[in-house]
Amino acid sequence: MNPSRTILDAPDFIRTVSRLSHEIVERNRGAASLGIVGIRTRGDYLARRIADAIFQMENVAVPIGTLDITLYRDDLRGKLSQPRLNTTNILYDIAGKDIVLVDDVLFTGRTVRAALNALMDIGRPASIQLAVLVDRGHRELPIKADFVGKNVPTSLDEEIKVRMKEADGEDAVLLQPIQQQSEG
Amino acid sequence: MGLSSRHLLGLDGMPKSDIEMILDAAVSFKEILGRPIKKVPTLQGKTIVNLFFENSTRTRISFELAERRLSADVVNFSASGSSVSKGETLKDTARNIEAMKIDMVVIRHNAAGTPHFLTRVVQAAVLNAGDGCHEHPTQALLDMYTLKEKFGTLEGLRVCIVGDISHSRVARSNIYGLKTMGAKVSVCGPATLIPKEIEKLGVTVYHRIDDVLPNVDALNVLRIQMERQSGGLFPSLREYHRFFGVTKERLDRVDHPITIMHPGPINRDVELSADVADGPHSVILDQVLNGVAVRMSVLYLLGAAN
Repeated sequence: MNPSRTILDAPDFIRTVSRLSHEIVERNRGAASLGIVGIRTRGDYLARRIADAIFQMENVAVPIGTLDITLYRDDLRGKLSQPRLNTTNILYDIAGKDIVLVDDVLFTGRTVRAALNALMDIGRPASIQLAVLVDRGHRELPIKADFVGKNVPTSLDEEIKVRMKEADGEDAVLLQPIQQQSEG
Repeated sequence: MGLSSRHLLGLDGMPKSDIEMILDAAVSFKEILGRPIKKVPTLQGKTIVNLFFENSTRTRISFELAERRLSADVVNFSASGSSVSKGETLKDTARNIEAMKIDMVVIRHNAAGTPHFLTRVVQAAVLNAGDGCHEHPTQALLDMYTLKEKFGTLEGLRVCIVGDISHSRVARSNIYGLKTMGAKVSVCGPATLIPKEIEKLGVTVYHRIDDVLPNVDALNVLRIQMERQSGGLFPSLREYHRFFGVTKERLDRVDHPITIMHPGPINRDVELSADVADGPHSVILDQVLNGVAVRMSVLYLLGAAN
């Protein structure tokens, strides 16, 4: 099997986030109506990066929040070990806003499904858009991202590792053979 | 990850990591209780039966609310008006419930050890909602959560449990849990209401409330349980109030604020004077809200794993 392969190195990573941020502002004709919500934990860091980039461009501080979708997962049943439960932390009213949901990797779509339900329980946004750093395919639900950093064809015995300065000390996206079971 | 047991029977012997996991997860559930839609789909499809053989208002409502907030299906059963009054044994009641494919059982019973017995006759996860004078683990967990929320940590916190320690499952569970978490625990009450050799659990015993107050950060004031007083253990309620009642005058004599907890329902002006119960250092109503969050946490940790 192939050893680990770099999909995005640090400069690529920064360019990609920058492009995503520009596309978000372009599509929404500014940032006034936006709210950003990151899915814990890498999506959370990514959301902050995008909000910072938008502030640089538009001088608008877009409100950001964090979503923990553990309680909305459909795989809790029959799962012996539970993922760690974190707190959802969205301190602004999402009602009427155009919410950009941010995650690092789009895979089966189940995480996004759970996030959509979780958001709907918190309020009624005007719209929800999805931004992901990597789309690796293999969808199990009819879900499509509005903003994609990079499309990466993968096989099911591979995994995408997103590394971010905030947690891992460097920015990179790697494609590698599955080493251990990880959350998609 | 997950709790080390698939039941919640008591805090005696529960590892510190389990208590921490429950209290940590409860923070997330408290956040949910502040939302406009206070409901998550986590236990969708699970069925929980609340078996209450003893009267209870707030514990039953708190459990039921926690169960519904997690989207579980809930069946309530109380001893009066059920087949128990026709002479059915607990074992047969349990077996019948089991046949209906129940996932979890919340049980309160006036005999100590009933939940433990139940784990041997049913497959479902069992949660003890109070068994006789033995344990009431979720009450102690919500008390600890409330203290942790207020003080940040339980390590080294000085907590005194005041009242009828002998008949109190709340006291017992609190002692086990708080000791595990590193708190300094004392008890205070008339000698007739303090069990012999309770010092062996690592608690300090006081018989005068005024000796306690300078040495504690929080008081957990227990209800004088009329239904468990067979008589003669103390002369009168008035006298109890005079010697052990927590009053504003007593608290004012100490130079630091003392947090006041009470598991409810309060006998106003018996164990606790009304102005203290409603005073600025009372966290009694926080306990009620935290109770729902903590019970959601326990149900989640036991229910999602089973």
